[in-house]
Amino acid sequence: MTTKRRNVFSQLYASILINAIYAMKNYPITLLNTLLAPLSILIVITLISKGTLLGVSIEGALMASMVASGMSIQGDLSHLKNDFKLQDMVVSSPTSSAVYMLGMAISEVIYSLPAFIVLTILAALFIHTTVTGYFILLTVIVLMFIFSISLGFIISTFSTDVMQNWAFSGILSTLLTTIPPIYYTITYIPLPFRYIAYISPTTYAAEIVQNAIGALPLSLTSLALDWAVVLGISLCLLFLAVKKSRWREV
Amino acid sequence: MAPPRKRTICMQMLRDQMPKELICKNLTKKYAGTPTALDHVSFTTSSSKGIFALIGRNGAGKTTLTRILATELAPSSGTASINGLDILDDTNELRERMAILPQESRAVAWLTPRQTIYSYLLYRGFDRAESAKRAKNMLERLGMSKYSDTLNRYLSGGLKRKTMIAAILSSDADILFVDEPTTGLDPLSRAELWDVLKEFKKDHFIFLTTHYLEEAEMLADKLCILEKGKTVAMGDIDMLRNKMGYQYSVSIFDKNAKVKPLVGKTVTGHNGKKQIFTTRDEANRLAKDLIEKEKKFSINPVSLDDIFFYLVKKPISEGDEEKGDDYDY
Repeated sequence: MTTKRRNVFSQLYASILINAIYAMKNYPITLLNTLLAPLSILIVITLISKGTLLGVSIEGALMASMVASGMSIQGDLSHLKNDFKLQDMVVSSPTSSAVYMLGMAISEVIYSLPAFIVLTILAALFIHTTVTGYFILLTVIVLMFIFSISLGFIISTFSTDVMQNWAFSGILSTLLTTIPPIYYTITYIPLPFRYIAYISPTTYAAEIVQNAIGALPLSLTSLALDWAVVLGISLCLLFLAVKKSRWREV
Repeated sequence: MAPPRKRTICMQMLRDQMPKELICKNLTKKYAGTPTALDHVSFTTSSSKGIFALIGRNGAGKTTLTRILATELAPSSGTASINGLDILDDTNELRERMAILPQESRAVAWLTPRQTIYSYLLYRGFDRAESAKRAKNMLERLGMSKYSDTLNRYLSGGLKRKTMIAAILSSDADILFVDEPTTGLDPLSRAELWDVLKEFKKDHFIFLTTHYLEEAEMLADKLCILEKGKTVAMGDIDMLRNKMGYQYSVSIFDKNAKVKPLVGKTVTGHNGKKQIFTTRDEANRLAKDLIEKEKKFSINPVSLDDIFFYLVKKPISEGDEEKGDDYDY
């Protein structure tokens, strides 16, 4: 008789190994991958602004890194599900969808560690704010990660083709991190276009952080609205990802 | 009323005493916009050990049935249970006891065989030390030790499949679903995998789907033929021969030879030969007749290929079997 055996830490560790540690160990070039995009935009914005937007750009790069890292779960899960049938093997095993998803989410953070480490050092050096400011920065970044990882997971469970997922991933990353004003404040965008920027949840998240580091003054109402949007969308998507994604097909 | 914990233990004890059986009752699966993939499939088979082979053409519903039983896909209607556990109600408990090698599954390119097996065992819930030990033992048992630290991408197709099979075999799941494991492999690699499956069927129940009939005939203790989502026949090879009604196949090289069996069916084989399915006595009589006529021929016991084509393909003209009607396949 098979005994019941659910070592959740082992199950989490399996996803982390497959999607991050073994990939980085066996293909070291991947270590550079996540660092390049946010760092290059940060450098361009800093150069153009002659250094005045350095702090805001670092905050933007951190947020972009987190969102991109969350979004990349979409392509990774789809690749593992459709090309290797890993998800099918895991479905018929004692690992639950929540544990699989959490493991994959952690693996994305670990995969992006080189970028986070470099950007965190830059933040410590160039972002001058209070302890509360750093706490707000961390909270918003975590919420943005929850938002993007949940969105990525939902899309990946419905997809049957990895090419489609990589396309989605690229489009969404651009829409969420390059176009919205996260490397600079929204005041740089002419007024009629600001409303378009508000379609992206990252705009609200960036406003909270930019306010916390003293780069963007906001009324209490605007700040409350920003928090409501960021919290609401992150938790909604998390709920949908855990409850409504197609883990087992119908 | 017994407290929940006690009830669970009682249920477990009851299940352990039940006969180990796989029971499908009216399993039906309909995908939107396509013909019914499974149409009221019902059968019962022992699931204590051995290989149960599900055979059928592409699109017959083999993979759909496998995925439903492996708790990956919900049926549109009907039920199934394995060893007393319902596929819909006892999913978690079943998943503790089963493992699947899906059709077209591939070894993750950036992992080595050791890492592949180790990670899979972690998903099964083993701790790190146990997973490492089991992975090492399985690689040794399957003679793969020298490849254990080579990236999967550099391995041959046969070794990649062997790695995947090693992963599910190294778990202690006693119900294994193996969906078309040898598709695309060369004959030597297929034979190697057959040896592995033959060894493990001694203490596992292996639900094998394949469209290689020789593979099914070679490995399976029990067979089920699926056609257009329906079960056409089930049993061991002798039972299927009995269902067919004939025990021998007489192949005549000259398809224009004027030979009419007194008992049996005459068909044009897929190899272009005239083929007569018949009884032992009639095969004897035909042999004498063909020797006298100096015709080239061969006589063999009816194979699974013969049974499959006989049962799955429709005769061109229906007629009295005893008179030996003709059909092509």
